Amino acid sequence: MKIATEGLAVDSVHVWRGDRHVLQGVSAEVHRGELLHVSGPNGTGKTTLLRVVSGLLHPEQGIVTWLGQSIVSHRTDYQAALAYAAHEPALKGDLTALENLHFSVGMKRRSTLQELRDALERTGVAACADLPARVLSAGQRRRVSLARVIAMRASLWLLDEPYANLDAAGSQLVSELLQAHVATGGLALVVAHRELALACTVRRLELNS
Amino acid sequence: MWTWFYKLASPPYVYRVAAALMPWFLGLAAVTIGYGLIGGLVFAPPDYQQGDAFRIIYVHVPSAILSVTVYTIMAVASAIALIWRIKVGHAVAAASAPIGASLTLLALVTGSMWGKPMWGTYWAWDPRLTSELILLFLYVGVMSLRSAFEDPARGDRAAALLAVVGVVNVPIVHFSVVWWNSLHQGSTLVTLEGPKMQSSMLWPLLSMLLGFTLFYGAVLCIRVQGEVLQRERQSAWVREAIKS
Amino acid sequence: MTVSAWEAFWLLVQRELRLSFRRPEQLLQPLVFFLIVTTLFPLGLSLQLSLLRDIAPGVLWVAALLSALLSLDFLFKSDADDGTLEQLALSGHGLTVIVAAKTLAHWLVTGLALVLVSPIVGTALGIPVGAFATMLGSLALGTLTLSWLGAVGAGLTIGLRRGNVLLSLIVLPLAMPLLIFGAGATDRAISGTNPAGALYLLAALCVFTCTLAPFAAAAALRITLE
Repeated sequence: MKIATEGLAVDSVHVWRGDRHVLQGVSAEVHRGELLHVSGPNGTGKTTLLRVVSGLLHPEQGIVTWLGQSIVSHRTDYQAALAYAAHEPALKGDLTALENLHFSVGMKRRSTLQELRDALERTGVAACADLPARVLSAGQRRRVSLARVIAMRASLWLLDEPYANLDAAGSQLVSELLQAHVATGGLALVVAHRELALACTVRRLELNS
Repeated sequence: MWTWFYKLASPPYVYRVAAALMPWFLGLAAVTIGYGLIGGLVFAPPDYQQGDAFRIIYVHVPSAILSVTVYTIMAVASAIALIWRIKVGHAVAAASAPIGASLTLLALVTGSMWGKPMWGTYWAWDPRLTSELILLFLYVGVMSLRSAFEDPARGDRAAALLAVVGVVNVPIVHFSVVWWNSLHQGSTLVTLEGPKMQSSMLWPLLSMLLGFTLFYGAVLCIRVQGEVLQRERQSAWVREAIKS
Repeated sequence: MTVSAWEAFWLLVQRELRLSFRRPEQLLQPLVFFLIVTTLFPLGLSLQLSLLRDIAPGVLWVAALLSALLSLDFLFKSDADDGTLEQLALSGHGLTVIVAAKTLAHWLVTGLALVLVSPIVGTALGIPVGAFATMLGSLALGTLTLSWLGAVGAGLTIGLRRGNVLLSLIVLPLAMPLLIFGAGATDRAISGTNPAGALYLLAALCVFTCTLAPFAAAAALRITLE
């Protein structure tokens, strides 16, 4: 088993959910400046793979390494370097968009409120900054969660269906953000149904049952 | 030595060992319980204070002691399963829980039966009985938690954590209940001066204790086989074992 | 610049408090429940304060236990439902810090509130003012311990059907020693004997729980998140 010393490496990961062998020996690698596009039909374990990579789910077999080190033994360092956007936008309904960012980004790095407002501006929801998250539309919430990912300034982005609930302009925004992130040496693992037309190095992982 | 430990973690190995040990446990249990019952019910003289009523201790005391022992075994197996991710530990814990709960219930019922001639009531809130009752609640909690999960693997892990948290509580509960009240007679089995009972009463009691433990071992072997089969039903060796 | 564990801890406590105060009606519910349960006893038993005084410590404590349990269900539920629990788990600080912050914030708005309301309830049950110091002290220690026990239970039962019933089933047996020492201390204070022994035992139990429970609760959350 060779261990990649740069970037993220997934090596022969097996996950069972009850009786189902959801991930059957999945392996992949992502280096700096690259994006891994994980695709496949519903129920093939794309979200499960993302959760294994993030460290939330412990695989029965196999190992995930970051910069050559197991993510289990270096959990806090690894998690400090990543930004995870799940399928749900994960916002507290009673807090404003800005407050949501303040409290979640603030756990990872110290940032000024102006930086957070800039992030919201970048994703086109500056006007929603002082509105409680529960009054925002699904598309606006998705944009706020993207603003959170930007504001965290993490090297590794783990995004689960980032294009969901977004219109054409929103999808364009996501593609621009991904390209910009990867161009500056970041890494990204994106789970997406649709085809991605991105101007950067894209590795492909197709999961099937 | 570690190879033995890793062997023990292998489900097919545990299955075979359990199948082999079970008849021995059962046979020895029958012998020791037989001796204990005959010695205790027939040959031991009546207690000068309680008459023949004291004979219930031959069932009550072993079941009470074993109810705590089984909980401890369940907690240790759970801890091993959680820390080293050894699934057989979960099988042992799941197999032990209902046995331990039944023993606790037996201790409570026989304790209550003993209470009537001793104190005049079927129930009194004395430290021993109250501790046993709380232990029963702890067992029920672990079993309920395990069955509440759709994913059996998560159910196993959650129940395992609860068992470990519970075992830390068992001495605390016992201490607090003793502090709270004291009606029960002092411990007659193990004291600093040595057992207070005379030997014709004591040996059958110790034999019953051993017998109950062996019986638990036998039932555990049977149940562990079932639990292991259920957890490993997808694997090749189980399909082989079923065919043969 | 990375954020230290302490900063993350206080930030999370701040978040929790801000969220609690945005829904003030949810803060009041356990308190009202506390008052209602306490009222049930005089209604069911007796009007005489002198008779009530005998059972007052027990009633007070049982009512406090049940009210605290009521609010424990929500400790992790809303975060689990909207996905923010995962964000917290991935914030780069161990789950232990997360759990500690949430539990402390929870105690501040529920347990502490119960302690502050208890003189009213105590008077209604005939507890003499001289026993108030012990009552307040024992409730403060007891509700803190209970918040921690509840955190372990809540961590194990997030998202289960009838999770709140299971939560009570799990937490109440573990809380029985608490009840014994806490009610015992208050009882002694009322009858005039020195409650120090019981209070020390309660404090020991509190310290023991506060030391170990964060790890158990973090482990419980890890199991739930998998």
